[in-house]
Amino acid sequence: MRPVLIALPVLALAFLAGGLALTRPVTVPDTALAGLTGDAIAGEAVFWAAGCASCHAAEGATGAARLVLAGGQRFASEFGTFIAPNISMHPEQGIGAWSFADFVTAVQEGTSPEGRHYYPAFPYGAYRLAARQDLADLWAFWQTLPSADTPSAPHEIGFPFSIRRAVGAWNLLNLHDDFVVTGELTEAETRGRYLAEALAHCAECHTPRDALGGLDRRAWMAGAPNPSGSGTIPALTPDRLTWSEAEIAAYLNDGFTPDFDSAGGHMVSVIRNIAMLGDEDRLAIAAYLKALPPAGD
Amino acid sequence: MMFRTSLLTLAAIAAAGTTLAQDLPAPVQARQGQFQIMALNIGVVANMARGNTEYDAASAQAAADNLVAISMLDQSFHWPEGTDNMALEGTRALPAIWENLPDVVEKWGAFGAAAQGLAAVAGGGLEGMQAALGPVGGSCGACHDAYRAPE
Ligand code: HEC
Ligand code: HEC
Ligand code: HEC
Repeated sequence: MRPVLIALPVLALAFLAGGLALTRPVTVPDTALAGLTGDAIAGEAVFWAAGCASCHAAEGATGAARLVLAGGQRFASEFGTFIAPNISMHPEQGIGAWSFADFVTAVQEGTSPEGRHYYPAFPYGAYRLAARQDLADLWAFWQTLPSADTPSAPHEIGFPFSIRRAVGAWNLLNLHDDFVVTGELTEAETRGRYLAEALAHCAECHTPRDALGGLDRRAWMAGAPNPSGSGTIPALTPDRLTWSEAEIAAYLNDGFTPDFDSAGGHMVSVIRNIAMLGDEDRLAIAAYLKALPPAGD
Repeated sequence: MMFRTSLLTLAAIAAAGTTLAQDLPAPVQARQGQFQIMALNIGVVANMARGNTEYDAASAQAAADNLVAISMLDQSFHWPEGTDNMALEGTRALPAIWENLPDVVEKWGAFGAAAQGLAAVAGGGLEGMQAALGPVGGSCGACHDAYRAPE
């Protein structure tokens, strides 16, 4: 779906310069999660807002098939092809045997239970902004999901991109603990910012990337080349996307633009997720888009 | 970066501007016109479903019937080889269409089935129409997901 454009030579240098210590994978200890209890019903909303199914369910899946997180979708990039792993509840092929801390460590730090870096094709850079309570709810929902026994396929990436260590240097440069849009926000805009920046990772597609493949926070949601080939992913800033808030919210629900064209590309899957949320959440996302700084010219 | 983005955008606009609709082969113009007619009729129903306009049984039925009628148009002449977006400016049709024709035909068929579902209930009340519009939108999206490039 979305290649991570890492310029390797620069990355290799950063890796050497950064040194091993600085780029060591981070884990979240059990103690940091003490006292959290999850609610599976609330977790379902987190699941749809965060769009896990868009990558981990089968390509083009609809309905109940979107809950079968057997993996297998291929994400071509210039470094090779990443293949979404099985993250179903299967104890061996999936993550059914994981602890809650393993789950949070993966989703928010991009670190595996064995202490290795994940590739940022997995948008942990957005999810690290998610509230821990939401993750507890998500994990409770996870326990209700079906198990699939398809083994995860290895990524098809060659040396030197196959060195997971190098991702530590990328993380140093690209992981942030603050929201991009700041300043006075209404309650709806604040909710929309949380949904868009922390869960739905809209920027992963709608923001251009720098030479290292990191999101360009100064051109936030200003539109980007389409990584899977031709065309551009449209800008969502208020100077470019002139639809009304009601029109944006309706598009995120029924998939029709104000001219009643129907959304295409990867946005179709995003809409399948966001349509599962309530109207207030879709309006909150629309309000947040209207609060974005203009892309300018 | 912003500078680079804007240059790219300008370049894209300039490139798009060079291909005027009348330069496009007739089959491409015809299929784009066909989709415009679909969008227009979807708009009649979707505006009612969204609550932007008042539900009107006769208009809803007419729009749904139009969609069914379009779904029955034989598509053989709209999609000649060499009219994908790699070969031509001004079309968003992906080359994958010609590599997966049976699937494209199936997705067109799914649109037809969903349109018939809509036509069966469109004149019978707002709620039924709203429910039957979902699958129609889904059938448009499923094909655009796989076979149409972003602008
Ligand atoms: C944009 C696509 C994408 C989305 C969205 C996404 N993932 Fe992933 N995920 C990946 C990829 C690719 C990997 C493999 C990373 C690697 O091997 O380095 C992965 C890996 C994982 C792993 C590690 C599995 C293992 O066997 O080690 C977990 C757990 C995971 N994702 C959970 C989630 C959850 C939970 C969500 C939603 C909150 C989610 N993912 C959303 C693409 C995605
Ligand atoms: C079987 C595949 C398929 C289905 C089903 C489909 N479309 Fe499309 N649509 C396409 C393709 C391919 C294009 C790009 C055509 C081109 O640019 O040559 C397109 C283009 C369009 C356009 C832009 C036309 C233009 O002027 O360039 C609109 C509007 C549109 N579709 C609306 C819809 C709506 C609404 C539906 C559902 C009611 C729908 N489409 C169903 C494949 C499909
Ligand atoms: C996986 C990539 C991806 C993600 C994530 C994503 N989008 Fe999109 N988005 C697209 C693509 C591709 C298009 C172009 C759709 C088309 O071709 O019809 C698009 C189009 C849109 C449009 C229509 C803009 C226009 O001018 O036509 C809006 C609005 C939008 N996205 C909002 C969002 C929001 C809000 C989010 C987060 C909740 C989001 N997108 C997340 C890929 C993505």
